[in-house]
Amino acid sequence: MKKQKLVVVGNGMAGIRAVEELLKLAPDLYDITVFGAEPHGNYNRILLSPVLAGEMTLADIVLNDLDWYKDNGITLHTGKTVVKIDRIGRKVIADDGTEAVYDRLLLATGSLPFILPVPGKELPGVIAYRDIADTETMIAAASSYKHAVVIGAGLLGLEAANGLKLRGMEVTVVHLGDWIMERQLDQASADMLKSSLEAKGLNFLLNKQTEMLLPNSSGRVGAVRFKDGSEIPADLVVMAAGIRPNTALAESAKLYCNRGIVVNDTLQTYDPRIYAVGECVAHRGVAYGLVAPLFEQAKVCANHLAQMGIGRYQGSVTSTKLKVTGVDLFSAGDFMGEQSGKGNVDAIVLHDPSGGVYKKLVVKNDTLVGAVLYGDTADGAWYFQLIKDGQSIREIRDHLMFGQNNVGDAGHAGQSHAAAMPDTAEVCGCNGVCKGAIVKAIKEHGLFSLEDVRKHTKASSSCGSCTGLVEQILASTVGGAYQPAESKNKPVCGCTDHPHGEVRKAIREQHLLTIPDVMRTLGWKTPNGCASCRPALNYYLISTWPGEAKDDPQSRFINERAHANIQKDGTYSVVPRMMGGLTTPDELRAIAAAADKYHVPTVKVTGGQRIDLLGVKKEDLPRMWADLAQAGILSGHAYGKSLRTVKTCVGAEHCRFGTQRSMDMGVKLEKMLLGMWSPHKVKLAVSGCPRNCAEAGIKDVGVIGLESGYELYVAGNGGIKTEVAQFLCKVKSDEEVLEYSAAFLQLYREEGYYLERTCHYIARVGLDHVKAAVVEDSVRRKELHQRLLFALQDYEDPWQQAVEKQAVRREYEVIKLVEVTA
Amino acid sequence: MSGWVKVCGLNDIPMLGSRVVDSAQGNIALFRTADDKVFGLHDKCPHKGGPLSQGIVHGDTVTCPLHGWKIGLADGQAVAPDQGCAGRFEVRLEADAVWLKLS
Repeated sequence: MKKQKLVVVGNGMAGIRAVEELLKLAPDLYDITVFGAEPHGNYNRILLSPVLAGEMTLADIVLNDLDWYKDNGITLHTGKTVVKIDRIGRKVIADDGTEAVYDRLLLATGSLPFILPVPGKELPGVIAYRDIADTETMIAAASSYKHAVVIGAGLLGLEAANGLKLRGMEVTVVHLGDWIMERQLDQASADMLKSSLEAKGLNFLLNKQTEMLLPNSSGRVGAVRFKDGSEIPADLVVMAAGIRPNTALAESAKLYCNRGIVVNDTLQTYDPRIYAVGECVAHRGVAYGLVAPLFEQAKVCANHLAQMGIGRYQGSVTSTKLKVTGVDLFSAGDFMGEQSGKGNVDAIVLHDPSGGVYKKLVVKNDTLVGAVLYGDTADGAWYFQLIKDGQSIREIRDHLMFGQNNVGDAGHAGQSHAAAMPDTAEVCGCNGVCKGAIVKAIKEHGLFSLEDVRKHTKASSSCGSCTGLVEQILASTVGGAYQPAESKNKPVCGCTDHPHGEVRKAIREQHLLTIPDVMRTLGWKTPNGCASCRPALNYYLISTWPGEAKDDPQSRFINERAHANIQKDGTYSVVPRMMGGLTTPDELRAIAAAADKYHVPTVKVTGGQRIDLLGVKKEDLPRMWADLAQAGILSGHAYGKSLRTVKTCVGAEHCRFGTQRSMDMGVKLEKMLLGMWSPHKVKLAVSGCPRNCAEAGIKDVGVIGLESGYELYVAGNGGIKTEVAQFLCKVKSDEEVLEYSAAFLQLYREEGYYLERTCHYIARVGLDHVKAAVVEDSVRRKELHQRLLFALQDYEDPWQQAVEKQAVRREYEVIKLVEVTA
Repeated sequence: MSGWVKVCGLNDIPMLGSRVVDSAQGNIALFRTADDKVFGLHDKCPHKGGPLSQGIVHGDTVTCPLHGWKIGLADGQAVAPDQGCAGRFEVRLEADAVWLKLS
């Protein structure tokens, strides 16, 4: 089939991002031609400020060099401005006469700076701040002139002013409004920012309206005169009073424009063959001037150009970071609390003028709608996420202001200020990645997303506890280009666009029973998934359809396939089950004998009250298990996303303070839950009295005995981030402990996303949701309990199977070479 | 032992799985894809020596179980942005028998 022709007008970040996304989806669908007015490849416009400030070079900010176009078979016309679209002949015509025929046309003409209509605006030395040429003009001016005036104290104006100051000019920022950056800041934070920029040597003139620009004796601009009659010297005037969508070309082709080229949710203009993305478009009446929304548009547009026809662009919540070194500033959403309409709007404010910290959170009807942070932007990404997700903050309202980490993050020495960290500071403790390496990767490879940073640096890709810090570094390096993923609708992995919730729903509602079925039904992009989605799908299938869906060992992580924990040298660790932490002399003798026989180098007592035998060779596993099974010992599942341990204290059996028989209760729980697979690992504890020696307050299910019964706690976590378990309810009998615990865990099994611990599950759905199903509705509770028991009824010990079944045992056997042929 | 060696039947390797061959050159991992292609690689991830045979096989790629590097089965090359190569062994199929070439 003959390839279709795609013509892209605009060689900037939005247009080329759309092409990149398209090439990922359908590399061979189109012959692509790109027109760019500037004589360069695609570069990162956002980083012009650091170039001006002398912190980066032009070479550093190139996103796609000319080789990239060549390698992807793209025809690139640089330095050519398209002046006409012939919609009937379906071709575009450039100012030098070059023509290109299209089947689909993508307009990404960007925006134009707004030039104040004042006399003198055409004088030499008066420029806008938009592209590489402007930046070079400013750098050149800084070396031979003294006085710079920047008109407009928005994001761009302040970055320009800062850069010119760093290059040695005397800079005055002129602004019409009462305070600077009024589109991003409220007055309190703007005043703090102004003071700190004044301390860096910038001058500000607020409430000043420019009347005209006056020439000097040589004809270059020499001064700025204001409406009030005052004048200041100016050898360079930078107009940064805003941008306007560049719609001239579209309008000349009679495409409907209204404050931008009007597009629908699939980024189509009123001519269905013509798409538009970027700063030139108006979507639902909004034209975006920050890069993050443009990338979202590019992704949706590419999907439709690739004829996949899924995905809608529904508008963006934007956030702003100022890229002025040493100034920490973040704002997002409706920070003035004015746009969100009627309702209960509150501003929660923390203001420490001497400490240089200001934080304002705007809350409407229990959701966060806007935020301004000055001086400490550590939680910017988190607040932004809350704003985007529109999640209820009712339960965390009282500590919302103190940020995500007020509970304490392990392993980062309390570091929470990315901007203040030296380049040598370690950010990711798991993979040993320091801040400098992350910043370097972001700049060199043009990274914009957390996922990209993870891939290139490995930072935040293991335990994830430094994610917030990495996001901050990303945000402060690329500024407004940073767009955190919407956590609610994050796709399972790169193989699909469907989020976990949709996948679970499809499996349940369409009665899907195999991984290929799911992939076919939901249109997976890869033939058989990847190491992220296959284990998730396998879990969803067996947990949704117990007894019907068959477990797929090849879709399980090695630990669950081999029923032991892989160690760094490829050996395994074996942890026999000891219910409730109880064992017997016979069991201990059997364990000791196995440790001797298989030359186990390390024997360790675990945190879950059992014994770990480390350093076992894989081929020895089945025989070792056979020996242990002789003594009646079962697999401890210390390797699985499954029931791990039920930790107990001595309880009323022995302890003089004990009020309940906690060991007994623990064993009952562990017996009931034997063989339970879950979205992530599950740990329980039972304490016999409120002294809580079994540490039930940091377990997925914690049971605390009282004289009158038991208190049940859920969603605790003692790992990466300590989460104190939340009180669920009080019950009277052992049977109730079993029923309520089972119901809660079954709800989590049915609704949890793969690799989501109970604390994250509850953070997502809310404790009230769990209480409604487990505590308040006795019918539902009993059903959940029964469904769990049903799922667990056919449980067989995996160690036993590996001993008995030849097909299973093959997993552990190495092929020895015997036969030789020529 | 060198040259072409018959090591096992195709069905001795689970689909989307692997088996380990013990050889004089160290462990060799044999992988079988969903479309019954078989590949042989040194059972050592170029990153930190993880046993690739224990990873999850998807497409023509295996993900190392230790730190999640992805290694191409056909050439042993790590998938970008990671860099490194696990040694490759030639494999051919003959009437459902898997032959491996040892150097």
